[in-house]
Amino acid sequence: MSSREAILARVRRALADVPRDDDFPVARDYARAHVAEGVLELFVEHLRDYRAVVHEVAEDALPDAVAAAVGRRGARTVVTPAGLPAAWTAGLAEGVCLADGWEYGQLYEDSINNRPELVEAAGILTTHALDTADGVLTAAAVGIAETGTIVLDAGPGQGRRALTLVPDWHLCVMRAADVVASVPRALERLDPGRPLTWISGPSATSDIELNRVEGVHGPRTLEVLIVR
Amino acid sequence: MTPPPTFLGMPPFPEAARSAVSNPQLRHNLRKATHTIRDKRAHVVGELSDWAELRAAGAAIKDRTLRRLDEYLVAAEAAVTAAGGTVHWAADAAEANRIVADLVRATGETEVVKVKSMVTQEIGLNEALAAEGIRAYETDLAELIVQLGDDLPSHILVPAIHRNRAEIREIFVREMAEWGVPAPPGLTDEPAALAEAARRHLRERFLSAKVAVSGANFLVAETGTLVVVESEGNGRMCLTLPETLISVVGIEKVVPTWADLEVFLQLLPRSSTGERMNPYTSTWTGVTPGDGPRDFHLVLLDNGRTDVLADTTGRQALRCIRCSACLNVCPVYERTGGHAYGSVYPGPIGAILVPQLRGVASGKVDPQTASLPYASSLCGACYEVCPVAIDIPEVLVHLREQVVEGGGHRAERAAMRAAEWVLDDAKRLRTVQRVAARSRRLLPRRAPGPGAAWSDSRALPEVPARSFRDWWVRERSAPPPQPPAASPQPPAASAQPPAEQNRIEEDDR
Ligand code: SF4
Repeated sequence: MSSREAILARVRRALADVPRDDDFPVARDYARAHVAEGVLELFVEHLRDYRAVVHEVAEDALPDAVAAAVGRRGARTVVTPAGLPAAWTAGLAEGVCLADGWEYGQLYEDSINNRPELVEAAGILTTHALDTADGVLTAAAVGIAETGTIVLDAGPGQGRRALTLVPDWHLCVMRAADVVASVPRALERLDPGRPLTWISGPSATSDIELNRVEGVHGPRTLEVLIVR
Repeated sequence: MTPPPTFLGMPPFPEAARSAVSNPQLRHNLRKATHTIRDKRAHVVGELSDWAELRAAGAAIKDRTLRRLDEYLVAAEAAVTAAGGTVHWAADAAEANRIVADLVRATGETEVVKVKSMVTQEIGLNEALAAEGIRAYETDLAELIVQLGDDLPSHILVPAIHRNRAEIREIFVREMAEWGVPAPPGLTDEPAALAEAARRHLRERFLSAKVAVSGANFLVAETGTLVVVESEGNGRMCLTLPETLISVVGIEKVVPTWADLEVFLQLLPRSSTGERMNPYTSTWTGVTPGDGPRDFHLVLLDNGRTDVLADTTGRQALRCIRCSACLNVCPVYERTGGHAYGSVYPGPIGAILVPQLRGVASGKVDPQTASLPYASSLCGACYEVCPVAIDIPEVLVHLREQVVEGGGHRAERAAMRAAEWVLDDAKRLRTVQRVAARSRRLLPRRAPGPGAAWSDSRALPEVPARSFRDWWVRERSAPPPQPPAASPQPPAASAQPPAEQNRIEEDDR
């Protein structure tokens, strides 16, 4: 008997007391959300609790806000995923953007990067290129106010997971309309078939005498531009 | 080369506890740490007015799953396979280790990076891989401290809770060069400097790693999605950058639907680190072309879990989501630390899970394991904070009965020693417990508020109304199950198959 069959048989034997058509009830009387108003304000407050840098900007001021953030940071190279609106980077100088060509569900488009030495295969930046970039600029799929969480789902402008992991600075544009109140509301909007990354503040550890230290392996600085 | 440290051969809980209790530095660290986390937890749990409903739903979802576990496992297997993953089944630790070693060997690599995973500690994976010439690098900061210090973890969430900053600095300075990038010159014991040293030490390894091994917090049957909850980003590194990912997951980690995560992703971070949400949560389903590993393997592990499932009282231990809240409120854990439990699963959950995984019902466990159900004062604080409402005191009492029935004088002796230790301040404890037992009948069924100190809110009707000491006195006055032998011998280590003798613990947050 294979281990698969053996384990399943052991499970069935262990459950001899349970009827085969068992339908154990789950009461779903918990809240779908804990706040109804002030969702965006709460989102901002919780992001700041995690010591993320937050700015609220109007849509038409976004290119300037991106350029200002890049300037403040002193970033000379910023990774940009496929599908990022061109307008967002319009305020940046030539050569700052390192475009990554990967798009979810659309494999290996032709190289769109003009720096072939940074490209591994057909538009994909090498890990080394990511490691030496000064930051990454992305969109986001969903924000969660109650937990101060940003969810990336590899959609347009978000890219593959490595893009927001390796560079030390993550500049994220979050549309106010995509901020929901709670975890249940966020899960309703997300597709489990896509690789998801939930980000709640910069990477952190409390492993040394429980002192919180920000920035271990992920980006040490998270900066969020909220577009009203 | 000296053998790696294991929990094997640890003295039974009472002796191990006594030596831990006499270490004032350790007690100070533990007290500070557990109190800090428990205060944070109380604060963020208090933010959710529906915590009781979430907790009940969490328990019910897990029960629903466990009661049809075979079907959910088959569904999960089908979904993972459909998404491009490969599913393996491992009946015990040896089989799981063999599967992982073979998968690593098939890639041609001799190194793997690891995400903190209790289940791989339970099966002794690092040691098994080392025996095959494969080096496993722990990447969680605390696990790195434990690995570099040739040490054992002592807490589910903060495995190096027993080390202070000066010790950590010393370990880094001494050991990092041996394992890769050395500690920077002039390293201080500032936590930020130590974290930076760990970042630099591991960076190149992450960027060049070809194979990663992880556990998982949840496995969604409906979609085949795996979930890993973490803080540092080392998890994301391991789950994203390598070409091959191998996830070893206990069969009890399955949940039926994607929507069920809405309960657990609220319960777990708040119970565990006392945060509204942990910094990073990754979910993935099979493989995604162009993003992350090209090759994904899921190893579903039994290793005693079906024995736990077979015990209608004890099976609730399989609901555990490894948040570690029960450790932080346990007065016994606070005094003894994690090592005294002699297993990767310390604290109250370890006291009920480990004996069951090691087969206490069969009556054939070593004195160390047999003593674990006595590593508790039955105060009930663990039950109160448990986000999936595991009635740990109920299971402890149940397991004590099994120990006494199955183990004869040996187990009784272990029990007696445990009792001596637990009750060394017997008078005070007796008073406290009598009061507690009385108040148990008076207090409302539900805890008045998550922010209340556990000692003031012990509303636990499921706990037997008599205190541990009363129970003990009664048990002792009963005729012993067997006359004491002249010279009791502890059972030989070979009384159990080697796999079960390995550390018992499990993962990942
Ligand atoms: S038993 Fe409950 S409180 Fe303890 S680690 Fe498991 S889920 Fe958390």
